[in-house]
Amino acid sequence: MSLSARTVPLMPLLEIQDVTKDFGGLEALSHVTTHVDEGEIVSFIGPNGAGKTTLFNCITGTMPPTSGSILFQGEQLLGLRPHQVARKGISRTFQHIRLFNHMTVLDNVMVGNDHNNTTGILGSLLRPPRVGREERASREKCMAVLSLFGERLLPRLDQFPTMLSYANRRRLEIARALVSGPRLLLLDEPTAGMNPHETQGIIDLIRLIRERGHTVLVIEHKMNVVMTLSDRIVVLDHGEKIAEGTPAEIAANEEVIAAYMGGRRHAQAE
Amino acid sequence: MPALLRSTLANSPYIVLLLAAILAPFLITNAYHLQILVFIGIYIILALSLNLLNGYIGLLSIGHAAFYGIGAYASAKLTMSAGVPFLLAMPGAGLIAGAAGYLLAKPTLRLAGIYMTLVTLGFNIILFLVLQNWMSFTNGPLGIMDIPEPVIFGYTIGSRTGYYYLILTLVLLTLGSMHRLIHGRFGRALISIREDELAAESMGVNTTRYKIQAFVLAAFYAGIAGSFYAHFIKYISPDSFYIYESFILLAMLAFGGQGNLIGPVVGAAVLFLLPEMFRFLEEYRMLVYGVVLIVMMLVRRQGLLGGKEYSLRLGWFDAPQKKEYTRGDRFLPEEETADQTLNEPDR
Repeated sequence: MSLSARTVPLMPLLEIQDVTKDFGGLEALSHVTTHVDEGEIVSFIGPNGAGKTTLFNCITGTMPPTSGSILFQGEQLLGLRPHQVARKGISRTFQHIRLFNHMTVLDNVMVGNDHNNTTGILGSLLRPPRVGREERASREKCMAVLSLFGERLLPRLDQFPTMLSYANRRRLEIARALVSGPRLLLLDEPTAGMNPHETQGIIDLIRLIRERGHTVLVIEHKMNVVMTLSDRIVVLDHGEKIAEGTPAEIAANEEVIAAYMGGRRHAQAE
Repeated sequence: MPALLRSTLANSPYIVLLLAAILAPFLITNAYHLQILVFIGIYIILALSLNLLNGYIGLLSIGHAAFYGIGAYASAKLTMSAGVPFLLAMPGAGLIAGAAGYLLAKPTLRLAGIYMTLVTLGFNIILFLVLQNWMSFTNGPLGIMDIPEPVIFGYTIGSRTGYYYLILTLVLLTLGSMHRLIHGRFGRALISIREDELAAESMGVNTTRYKIQAFVLAAFYAGIAGSFYAHFIKYISPDSFYIYESFILLAMLAFGGQGNLIGPVVGAAVLFLLPEMFRFLEEYRMLVYGVVLIVMMLVRRQGLLGGKEYSLRLGWFDAPQKKEYTRGDRFLPEEETADQTLNEPDR
């Protein structure tokens, strides 16, 4: 089923080494070390406030970690600004939907492809033929990505995100992140607020995305999604990695169960 | 209907407006009225250039008159002291203003929101003080007098009509070039930064670079307007470029609406005409000005035409478009959706 997951890569696609994020005394992340291999679907799970989104922010450069290192294809990501990280081939969606509300659906997706294009001010003014070619190619790429969502977004190219249903806005965010062809796609709660049917659609979509050659890193709260989708699960709690393994291993892990069932009252009292 | 006729009819509002603008000097014989039109032209360029920052990329600049002033002084100095012909001095003034914009933007654009706004205000005040006190170069508060009339290919523009056509050309060039900039990669990036800077940055949009480019462009257009102003009035002094002028531009955007190319034009025209129309009220006319703005903020906060893109194209001459997707977001059976997405061929 999967095309690239079976090949063993020399080095992990993404290596997170000893990452700590300190918010003035509060350690949102504490010495987290993990990795993501090419072609995998990896889930980050954990209770609210465990540091999952913070780890995403550290990877994408929106919130650089206090210490540690993050390597992508062997290259250091620390010190890069978010747009430079995006250019390296890491794209993301947001927990709270962040779409461009006064831009059409198509333009939203087109922005996702901005860094693959080269038209500058002079190009825009003089409009040599290559500008038109680039624009058309970009548009076709957007249409190809939007067609992954069946008839959800294609009929709504000229609408604004505020007119879309909640699930469609989430889909649009994924499309916008996907259009630049990232090696690694970070999805922050892609099924939040979706009904079971829509959730199933997203599960299928994430599998499809992996088959198209993207590696996927997901933050998710719905356990059925995590268990059916993931190749590997990383569990965070209070900023620390408490477990890592296949869905079956995680389901049997006592510490994970304790963290989820509230058995760690002693940890909070520390 | 032949395609040419159809597109002509569809664009007819533009054609009518353009014809009216071209014929205006023949219909308006009063030199004072024509001068008002020329001034409206200057303010249209200035409002459009500020719109690039405030309306499109969402940087609030409240000291835009600084670049207007730089353009005016640069053009006056270039033609009078350096002997540069007008046709080169005008773009030169734009470039000098643009360079000033770059020097201001480069170090300060990392500042967020209100701090950046304060920098633009400070820059405007500093520029005013420099123009006021650098006696040997700017002649201080006395200003520069006897700025030569524009000479274009040996033809001296001296009449009101000549100035009118020059500013009309400049306004059309500004509108045309901005339209091209906005509708494409550049404009999309600007609007995405205004809508959500973090998301834009995360999608790979180099926000700092786009901000600097927008700043330089806005300064360039303002510099062109300043150059025209200097050669039109033939006398410039620092007072014309004080923050008061910046606030008038802001009021024009607030009134007309920003984030499209029509709002600033309407705002500039109306807010320049208002004080002229109420001239009989003498000093109370500024009161009218203020009341109009206050009412506007209460009734329609986004401005007359703010908040969306307008097209004057008459759509009813277009060929009807075929609708391929009509089913919309209906609850599709699970198998069907899965099939559709999974059968999608790889790129």
